[in-house]
Amino acid sequence: MTPTPVLKARGLVKRYGHVTALDGADFDLMPGEVLAVIGDNGAGKSSLIKALTGALQPDEGTIELDGQPVRFRGPLDARRLGIETVYQDLAVAASLDIASNMFLGREVRRPGVLGSVFRMLDKKRMREESAANMADLKIGLRSLTQAVETLSGGQRQGVAVARAVAWARHVVVMDEPTAALGVKESGQVLDMIKRVRDRGLPVVLISHNMPHVFELADRIHVQRLGRRVAQIRPQDHTMAEVVAIMTGALTVDETGDTVIADSQAAKAAGVQAH
Amino acid sequence: MSTTTAPEREAAAPPPAGLRPDWRALTTHPTAGPLAALVVACLFFTLQNDQFLSGGNLSLVVQQVMVVGTLALGQTLIILTAGIDLSCGAVMAFGTIVMAKLAADGTLPPYAAIAAGIGVCALFGLANGALVTYIKLPPFIVTLGMLNIAFALTHIYSAEQTITDLPGPLTALGQTFPLGRTDITYGSVLTIVLFLVLAYALSQTAWGKHTYALGNSPDVARLTGIRTTRLRLGIYTLAGLIYGIAALLLVSRTGVGDPKAGQTDNLDAITAVVIGGTSLFGGRGVVIGTLVGALLVGVFRNGLQLMGVGSIYQTLITGGLVILAVTVDQFSRRKASR
Repeated sequence: MTPTPVLKARGLVKRYGHVTALDGADFDLMPGEVLAVIGDNGAGKSSLIKALTGALQPDEGTIELDGQPVRFRGPLDARRLGIETVYQDLAVAASLDIASNMFLGREVRRPGVLGSVFRMLDKKRMREESAANMADLKIGLRSLTQAVETLSGGQRQGVAVARAVAWARHVVVMDEPTAALGVKESGQVLDMIKRVRDRGLPVVLISHNMPHVFELADRIHVQRLGRRVAQIRPQDHTMAEVVAIMTGALTVDETGDTVIADSQAAKAAGVQAH
Repeated sequence: MSTTTAPEREAAAPPPAGLRPDWRALTTHPTAGPLAALVVACLFFTLQNDQFLSGGNLSLVVQQVMVVGTLALGQTLIILTAGIDLSCGAVMAFGTIVMAKLAADGTLPPYAAIAAGIGVCALFGLANGALVTYIKLPPFIVTLGMLNIAFALTHIYSAEQTITDLPGPLTALGQTFPLGRTDITYGSVLTIVLFLVLAYALSQTAWGKHTYALGNSPDVARLTGIRTTRLRLGIYTLAGLIYGIAALLLVSRTGVGDPKAGQTDNLDAITAVVIGGTSLFGGRGVVIGTLVGALLVGVFRNGLQLMGVGSIYQTLITGGLVILAVTVDQFSRRKASR
């Protein structure tokens, strides 16, 4: 028997006027896996992710979390249910320090009168918990009272990832976490994602970077023309084949074999059915 | 800068994230520059004129700074959200006329008149905030419009007349008590208390963190679950309320409701905020810096006056200070976002 997907969607539809961004999209995230979501521009990748994290409300379709139907009216609903998202460019507040960013919107107040009447933050506790979280992910930083704008791009992304991981009870969604980073910093973020997976937390990774996808993903969800066209395992296919599936040159049948859908395109891409 | 080499070192051997405060942050603290300038200015003027450091003179500086300083406090909140409020001086002027007229006419008891004046200012703040948050108009334009509206209402409602014979409660904050050899006004104490309360709120509460986050990036703030609309609306309203308190301070200092008072105070308030190290781009700055900025402007004007420098030259120098402060802000921002 297959385990219940952590996050599951069936038949998601989202239309913007004449444009159909999601056209009956399905989605399955299994426990403890890194699932890469790939697709060409306009394939409905970001609409799918937004629907799953509450940033948009689909016109049709259902979403289930741990087998229970859920309905997100906004990103906060998804967050309350333990789905945390690391947004590409909108991750951290630049002038605030690391601990403040980790607890932004979820601050901890001092116990007693100081907290209840004077609304005083428990900075010490927030710093300690942040330090523990950062250490768990092996993110080395001199001081948690540094403003995040003084950090490198990779370290900033590290803060965003650590925050998501610290609060996520079910799923961490990362939207292009390495898009803005150099090679070495990307490597640090990839290591971080592996550590997240090793803790048993499933990760949805949206990425354009095929080598990163192949390095990290347990499974790949290929989105095309507003729906899921394939779910594959990276070890079964070459990168060229995956790209061909993404562009529609190849399709995948029920048994997981690839079928040539567009022989000219497949020839041009240098891939064959198997 | 050691930060350029730090990532490599840390990647090799990540140390546990430190819990100690970063002491070097003190040298880059936004208030460090203006505070140093204030100390140097005080030393300079003391050497130039032995009257400068006398209790009477310092008390005068504080009284002169009090009104603009309080306005600048409200202004700081708005600038922290990456906004600007051109209407603060005019709103304050309208507040003084409302409270002075209602009290002098006997329409309302003195304390109710004070509350009405402060309330009107808070309503102006709320209106500014609503236009900025709900209709998404640029703060510059909204508050420019509100500046004209408040200015016109001040002159219409006062019928261009200065209101005199104000009841006691309106001027109570202008009374003094002795502290050592200096006479301190109650209003100065109120101003200091307001600064301390807001310094606390900005640095020690979640509201403060949210305010900075909003100024850094409204989108980041919203996505982390901060209710940005309500927050911004509250900040504009609070700023208006503070302008109302500035109005009471102005009335108590001058003893009259003067429709022509406070005309250029909006620019003086922005000057104090900027000199105090708060970034016009939002998300960076502290209110104590604004207090230092306001004092710095006050000390310059007073010191130059004692030296016999004409007031137009004082304005000239203030202008130079503003440009210097913004230049320093630009450079530190560039360094930070490198």
